[in-house]
Amino acid sequence: MLLGVETEEAIHSKIKSIASNVKFFTDDSSILIDSLRVREDRLSFVLLDGTEERRLDEMLKETPGLAIEKNGLNYTVHLTAEEKSQTIEFAINQAVETIRNRLDQFGLAEPTVARQGEENILVELPGIKTAEDEQRARELIAKAAHLQLMAVDNRRQDQVYRMSDAEAASYGNVIFPDARNPQQKHLVQAIPILDGSMLTDARVAFDQNNQPVINFSLNSQGARIFGDFTGKNVGNHLAIVLDDKVYSAPVIRERIGGGSGQISGAFSIQEAHDLAIALRSGALLAPVKLLEKRSIGPSLGADSVKASLTALILGFAAVVVFMVVYYGLVGVIANIALISNLFIIISVMALFGATLTLPGMAGIVLTVGMAVDANVIINERIRELLRAGASIRKAVEQGYANALSAILDANITTLIAAVVLYSYGTGPIKGFAVTISIGILASMLTAILGTHGVYDFLMNRIEKSKNLPLWFGMKKG
Amino acid sequence: MQIFSKDKTYPFMNVSPYFLVLSLLLMVASLFLLGTRGLNYGIDFSGGTLIQVKYDKPVSLDVIRQSIAQDPLFRDASVTKFGSDEEVVIRFSGSTESVEEDAGDVALRVLQNTGEFEIRRVDMVGPKVGAELREKGVMALVVSIIAILAYIAYRFEWRFGIAAVVALIHDISIVVGALVLFRVDINLDILAALLTILGYSLNDTIIVFDRIRESTKESKTLDLKEVINYSVSQTLSRTLLTSLTTFFVVLTLFSFGGEIIHGFGFTLLVGILVGTYSSIFVASPTLQWLRFDVKGYKNKEAEKEKRRLEKEKMRAQYERGVV
Repeated sequence: MLLGVETEEAIHSKIKSIASNVKFFTDDSSILIDSLRVREDRLSFVLLDGTEERRLDEMLKETPGLAIEKNGLNYTVHLTAEEKSQTIEFAINQAVETIRNRLDQFGLAEPTVARQGEENILVELPGIKTAEDEQRARELIAKAAHLQLMAVDNRRQDQVYRMSDAEAASYGNVIFPDARNPQQKHLVQAIPILDGSMLTDARVAFDQNNQPVINFSLNSQGARIFGDFTGKNVGNHLAIVLDDKVYSAPVIRERIGGGSGQISGAFSIQEAHDLAIALRSGALLAPVKLLEKRSIGPSLGADSVKASLTALILGFAAVVVFMVVYYGLVGVIANIALISNLFIIISVMALFGATLTLPGMAGIVLTVGMAVDANVIINERIRELLRAGASIRKAVEQGYANALSAILDANITTLIAAVVLYSYGTGPIKGFAVTISIGILASMLTAILGTHGVYDFLMNRIEKSKNLPLWFGMKKG
Repeated sequence: MQIFSKDKTYPFMNVSPYFLVLSLLLMVASLFLLGTRGLNYGIDFSGGTLIQVKYDKPVSLDVIRQSIAQDPLFRDASVTKFGSDEEVVIRFSGSTESVEEDAGDVALRVLQNTGEFEIRRVDMVGPKVGAELREKGVMALVVSIIAILAYIAYRFEWRFGIAAVVALIHDISIVVGALVLFRVDINLDILAALLTILGYSLNDTIIVFDRIRESTKESKTLDLKEVINYSVSQTLSRTLLTSLTTFFVVLTLFSFGGEIIHGFGFTLLVGILVGTYSSIFVASPTLQWLRFDVKGYKNKEAEKEKRRLEKEKMRAQYERGVV
């Protein structure tokens, strides 16, 4: 699965959280501002009291990466280009981390989550067995898990059903549907009191009706903001908003210190469990979208691998038989090299946890071909020298020496092509490049060094028997 | 066992003009096909979605077509049988961006009244990714060809490098022509097969070139034609043996590997045939066409050898403390 990160969203939510800070700061130090708005990648507000200008400017300067435009007391704040690219970078890395965390906690075998290219994320889930698991994993990945605590606009809440989104925005509000009943709407202030970035923990628990709920706790800064707000707003409603849906909007009865809260209702135990994972591992700063997906059902995977593997083994067996028929006992030596070569490729691939794909199989075909080739070249050279009347020992030594440059050049050129492919290729093509690189190194090892050793070992016997047809498969005479 | 007589030198270069004409004709035909009919890009490179569904009994394609017409996602879908009567493949150019509900889920929903089935494969490639894959694939081909050219020019001579690349381009274009002719879907696995052919044909060519290099140094004749005839004949048994064995492996893969591997196996089969042919009849004649200078190369190599010996002598003297 290849995911793309919606980076504009990351900028937008960064600006929004700066807006929350501005609001908290001005409320806290009784600076009067009005019309605080966030529009795409900028935020604007009006300072009402000109004498507070210095204090406000200082506060804004403390936040790094802000570009501030002032028109009298009208402020427009946006991010500098550098800060923007940093935010995007951070959002992508954070998305990789977050998704990895979530999948780890979900308990899947060997999930891979890796950054690919500029703003893409590669997710591989080889451990998925059923369609339901796959669905759950996808929901877990995509869940923004963006928790916001927001103030309900009590004055205008009654008019919410007659209000358009644009009208709500003009009051600095947004309309969110209820999680349990989507028909029901809530009008809340667009700038949240605090968001999930201040969350330290989230756990599944059960309320007095034995319904699953999620208890969360906030860090010290979050607890302070939450305490302050609840203290000042006793009697008002507080909306607990998760991924733009209002889960509950209880009345604040008293100041809530200690920094813990509860999200209740509207989910099953499994949903609560997945949601708690998502909340614990943090919100996705930017939503992800699906760019590419390849999934093979377990039955098809097994079928096709079995079929092509059978075919490969059949072909391989034919080659092995042919080598013995054509080269006699020397062919057996070549076959030992071939088989060890195949074992090396497979074990190294297993070591890297590579899965056998079509391109991987292509790589094996190519390297087996090249390994056969190396042996054929050597044996042909030896035969040539034997025919020219060289002694057996000399023919073998000289044959290897003559064959070496051809084998080396052929293998190195292919290795160069493999390296280029690895650096330009993606996914399966990279796998292909890795397979042939391993295969080429293994075949040079087995064909040049391995078989040579076997020859040396058998040399005395070969010299004694002098039976060229038996050993080298040559015609008599 | 022995198939080819070793001592015979076949007069390849005498017939090479005819094969040159044949090669040119094939290449022109391939380019013509490529220009008129164009490559049949599969979803990997064009973007889109492929869903493979397996039913528990034979199914009518019309029923499936009607069912998927409910959802606009399947606007331009084509539905075809895949291997057997129970299995179908639905292909369309659209794709879904949502991670939570993807094209496979949509298919599950719209097909629910068509019988008992299982979705065996969902491949979805977004339009942006498709273009990127295409770009990178071509880039990889071009860069690897340049790198190979440089290596061969360094190890042999620049003419060998160019001749090898000419043979490569010859092979790739003819195989691509065959892919167009038989309307094979060009996907990532076909690209991998093309790359395999590239490696394979290169291997073949270099083995022959290695012999030419060796014969140039050792033989008494200065006639390139004779050197080439001799070298190609000497390596002929190796060339054909290796090709034959690899051809076996690929043939079994093609015949028994199942529907999913068909295009891949086909590409390799054609590639091995063309690659073997080109290393005998294209690469070496190109060398002559580029006016490879046997005498010049011989002298250069002799010069190199002389320098090496001198160096060795000096080193020996140095070690003995004479200098």
